[in-house]
Amino acid sequence: MARLNVNPTRMELRSLKDRLATAKRGHKLLKDKADEMVRQFMLLIRDNEKLRREVEASIEKGLQSFLIASAINGPKIIEEAVSMPTSKLEVECLTQNIMSVEVPKINITESLEKDILPYSFISVSSDLDQAILSMNSLLPKLIKLAEIEKTCNMLSKEIERNRRRVNALEYVLIPELEETIKYITMKLDERERANVITLMKVKEIIDKEEANS
Amino acid sequence: MANKIAVIGDKNSVLIFKVLGVDVFDAGTYFETSNLLKKIANDYEIIFITDDIAKEIQSTIEKYTERAYPAIIPIPSSKGSTGFGLNQLSMYVEKAVGIDILNINK
Repeated sequence: MARLNVNPTRMELRSLKDRLATAKRGHKLLKDKADEMVRQFMLLIRDNEKLRREVEASIEKGLQSFLIASAINGPKIIEEAVSMPTSKLEVECLTQNIMSVEVPKINITESLEKDILPYSFISVSSDLDQAILSMNSLLPKLIKLAEIEKTCNMLSKEIERNRRRVNALEYVLIPELEETIKYITMKLDERERANVITLMKVKEIIDKEEANS
Repeated sequence: MANKIAVIGDKNSVLIFKVLGVDVFDAGTYFETSNLLKKIANDYEIIFITDDIAKEIQSTIEKYTERAYPAIIPIPSSKGSTGFGLNQLSMYVEKAVGIDILNINK
């Protein structure tokens, strides 16, 4: 591992030690964050999968009856029938904080109306009623799916990003700092020994000269 | 703005959503849809897109993953599901955990 390009001085050593302590603490925190995020993610993704399968099956069924209806009555009449909706869906879009990720939280504020078929029954077949009613009961689920799926999407992104940060700390920054600290310590020790030896040599020379005189 | 939900897709698949009080947009070519999405992304909180179209404009959709809204969600079209939504899910799992532990495609 490459060491940082710094001067081997005591001041550098101290600042590096501080940095190492911070990096280690940050690493631990990020690792805990990753664990918790994965746990949350696993809880959500299973719900998400179940919900999606359910919703997809229901939508397909609903669309099928809708297609049958438009085949029976002709697309023009159907389009006319559905173009003036009576129900209006009101949702409240908030955000929720999961491990510092802002994820959507959607509440349905206005309950769905009972009578949602905006056309006279004389012109269209009952398949359309069926399709619309089933889609209508599906809508809360669809909105829930939107919320969960977006959350999962954002969490997975954040988990990946977080993992990259943890790895950068664990495998690059911390070893680098440790290596540099070791290098500086050794350099300083070496200098000290050199100093001692010089002093001893000087003393020896002085002693010799005193003995000679 | 009252309505916060929109649906983009081919006419057969999305017309039914109109009765439910959801705003409906007809999808055209790849380029048109992508532009349409960019245009309405700030006006709606939830956008459902039929999965055959979602697959084509995936790169545009991915731009909106950083923010909480809009949530862009693939739904099956009248031709049936292409499995795009579930594939997306398994992709998320792979990204988060490393391997696809849900076995969605089984």
